[in-house]
Amino acid sequence: MKMMKKAASLALASALVVSLAACGSNGGNGGSDNSGSTGSDTFMIGGIGPTTGDNALYGTAVMNGIQLAVDEINEAGGINGYQISYKFEDDQSDPEKSVNAYNTLKDWGMQMLVGTVTSAPCVAVVEETHADNMFQFTPSATSVESIQYDNAFRMCFSDPSQGSVSADYIADNSLASKVAIIYNSSDTYSTGIYQSFATEAQARGLEIVSAEAYTADSNSDFSVQIQKAKDAGAELVFLPIYYSDASLILAQADRAGFDPIWFGVDGMDGILGVDGFDKTLAEGVMFLTPFTPTSDDEAVQKFVASYEDEFGSTPIQFAADAYDCMYVLKEAIEQADITPDMSISDMCDAMKTAMTQVTYDGVTGKQISWGEDGEPSKEPTVVQITNGEYTVL
Amino acid sequence: MLKKLKTMKKTTRSSMITYAIVIVAFIVMQALTYTGNLSSLLQGLLVPLCTYVILAVSLNLVVGILGELSLGHAGFMCVGAFSSAFFSKCMRDVITVAPLRFFLALLIGIAVAAVFGIIIGIPVLRLKGDYLAIVTLAFGEIIKNLVNVLFIGVDSNGFHFSTKDVMGLNMEADGTVIVNGPQGITGTPKDSTFLIGTILVLITLFIVINLTNSRDGRAIMAIRDNRIAAESIGINVTKYKLMAFTISAALAGAAGVLYAHNLSTLSANTNNFGYNMSISILVFVVLGGIGSIRGSMIAAVILTLLPELLRGFADYRMLIYAIVLILMMLFNWAPKAIEWREKYLSFGKRKKEAVK
Repeated sequence: MKMMKKAASLALASALVVSLAACGSNGGNGGSDNSGSTGSDTFMIGGIGPTTGDNALYGTAVMNGIQLAVDEINEAGGINGYQISYKFEDDQSDPEKSVNAYNTLKDWGMQMLVGTVTSAPCVAVVEETHADNMFQFTPSATSVESIQYDNAFRMCFSDPSQGSVSADYIADNSLASKVAIIYNSSDTYSTGIYQSFATEAQARGLEIVSAEAYTADSNSDFSVQIQKAKDAGAELVFLPIYYSDASLILAQADRAGFDPIWFGVDGMDGILGVDGFDKTLAEGVMFLTPFTPTSDDEAVQKFVASYEDEFGSTPIQFAADAYDCMYVLKEAIEQADITPDMSISDMCDAMKTAMTQVTYDGVTGKQISWGEDGEPSKEPTVVQITNGEYTVL
Repeated sequence: MLKKLKTMKKTTRSSMITYAIVIVAFIVMQALTYTGNLSSLLQGLLVPLCTYVILAVSLNLVVGILGELSLGHAGFMCVGAFSSAFFSKCMRDVITVAPLRFFLALLIGIAVAAVFGIIIGIPVLRLKGDYLAIVTLAFGEIIKNLVNVLFIGVDSNGFHFSTKDVMGLNMEADGTVIVNGPQGITGTPKDSTFLIGTILVLITLFIVINLTNSRDGRAIMAIRDNRIAAESIGINVTKYKLMAFTISAALAGAAGVLYAHNLSTLSANTNNFGYNMSISILVFVVLGGIGSIRGSMIAAVILTLLPELLRGFADYRMLIYAIVLILMMLFNWAPKAIEWREKYLSFGKRKKEAVK
C-alpha cells in the first residue's frame, strides 16, 4: 500500500512534469511572440470575456460582435491587405481567470487585445498588458482603473461619466428635484455610477431623498427599497443597474402603486426583451444608451440585420460596442500603417498616437474620438420607451 | 545518502519526499523560465498554484488531521488578502523595497487571519459534524459580505470609515479611497513572485508536517479518532481543536496575502472568496486524500491546471472538468477501483500489507 502510494504519487508527479513540459514546448512554438513578431501575415487579435458563468450574456455578445466585424473586414480584404485571425477566451468574469486567459492568448500569439468585457478583470489584465506594452481596447469595462495606463482605450462610457451625465441631464431638463436611487451594492458597475451620480447631483442641487442598496444575493424582493423611495416623496428614481433587476423593480413598484419617473443607464438596455415582463410597465422609462437596435440609422440597421442573420438574436449594446471596437482598430491600424510583422510593443506605441487621431462613425455613436487618457468622447443619447418601442429623445 | 534515506524513520522519509517534490518542481520551472521554454500561461499560473497548494494543505489540517468539516476556509483567505492589501496599498510609497513590504504585509495578513480563526473558532468548535460545517459556511459568507460593505479612505486628517458609501466617508478633497466597498482594493503592488510562493509552500508544509508528527499533533488526531477517549486521558479538547483551527486559518491568511499581491485588483465575490472557493479547496483535499499532505498538494496543482489546459475545448471545458472530477473520485475511493488498483497497480513490489 505504502509502496503503491509512493509509486502512484511518483507517476502523478512525472505525468505533471511531462504535461508541463508539453505546454512549455507549445509555448515555445507560438512563443516567438515574446520577441514580438509572429512572422505570419495576419493580425492576431484576441478577445477576453465571460462566455460561461453569471455574466455569460455580455461575454457572448462581445464575442459575437467582434466575430461579425472580423468576418466583414476579412471579406472586404482585411486591414492594409492583411487578414485578421481572431480568438476569444473565457474568463468567467474573474480577475484571476482573466489573467490566465490573457496568458493563453499571448501563447497563441496575440498582438492586440479587445477586452476584457467586465470591469474588475479588466483592471487585472491592464496591469499585464501595460507590463508587456500591448495595445488594449475594451468594449465595455466601465470602471476608471480599467484603462488607467496609456496603452488602454475603451469604447463605452466610464462609470463616472455615466453617473454625472445622468445627473446633468436630469438637472438640465428639470425632470425632478427629489431623486431616489436603488442600486446594487455588490456590483462595481452599479456602485461606480451611483457614487458619481450622487456627487454630481449634490453639485447640481438635486435632492437625493433615499439611496437604497441591494446585493446580488437579495435581488428578488425590492419592496423595502420601493417603499422608502415612495415615503420620501421621490419624483424620480434613478436605477444604475442591469435590466433584469430593473424589470422586477418596475413590476413591484406598480403593485405598490408607486409611479415616479424611472431613469436608468446603459444596463437598462434590453428591458423590453425580458421574458414574461409586462411591457406597459416600462412605458416612459428613460435611460442613457449609446446604442438602440431600433434606430433609423443605416449603419445600425445593417449591423442589426447581419447580427440577427448570423446569431439569431437581437444584438445588445455590448455586441454593438464590440463591433465598433473592431472597426476602430481597423481605422487606427490603417492610420498608423501598422503591419503584422511589427513587434507588439512597436504596434502599441503606434496605436497610442493613432487612436487619438481617428474620428469614427459607428453604431454606438457618430464622430467618436479618443483622448490620450483612453476615454471616448461621444454624445450619449437618452432613450425613452413609448408604446413598447425605444425612442430617442 | 541513499542508505541514510533507508534507515530514516518512515515519517521523516515521507516528509523529505514531499519537500523534495516542491523543490524539484521549483527548479524545473525556474530552469524552463530562464531558457524561455515555459508558456506565458504557466508562468502566470505559478503563483496561483502556490496559493492553492497552501490552501489545500492548510485545510487538510482541519479536515484530515482534526477531522472536522470546515466550509469557510475562503473566509480566512479573504481576511488575510484584504488586510495585507490594505497595508500594501497604504505603504506603497512609504516602503519601496518590495520584499520588505511583502514580508510585513504577510505578517499582518497571517496575524489578522489567525485572530479571526480564534474569534470564529471559540464558538464554532463547540459544534461538530454537519453543524460545524454549516456554521463555518455561514461565517465565510459573513466575512465576504462584511468586506463588501466596508469603505475606508485616507486624507490629511487620517483614516475615515463608512459602511454605506464613499460619500459617507466625508473626506477632504485630497483624500483617496482605499477600500471601495464591492469594488474592493485596486492598485495593490504586484509583489508576489514564484520564489516567495515556493518558500511559503515549504514553510506551510514544514509547519503542518511537523505539527502532525509532534505531541500536539498526536493529541489532535486522538481527538479526531475518539473524542471521549481523548478527554478521558486528559487531553484538553478545546485547546487542541482551537490550535489546529487557528494554525489552519493563519496559513489560509498567508495564501490570501499571496493571492492579493498577484493581482492588482481585489474584490470579494463568490468565486474567489465565497463558498465556491471554499468548496474548491475542499475538493482538493478530498481528491488528494483526506489526511494526506502530499496528496492534497498534488491534487491542488492538477485541479488548478486542468481547466486552463482544457481551454482547447472552449465552452465544454467546465463540463469535462466536472467529469474528470467524478472519474478521479471514483478511481480514488470506489471500493472496486481500490481493489483493482491493488491487484494491477502494485508495481510488483511487496504485496499489500494490512494498512488501514
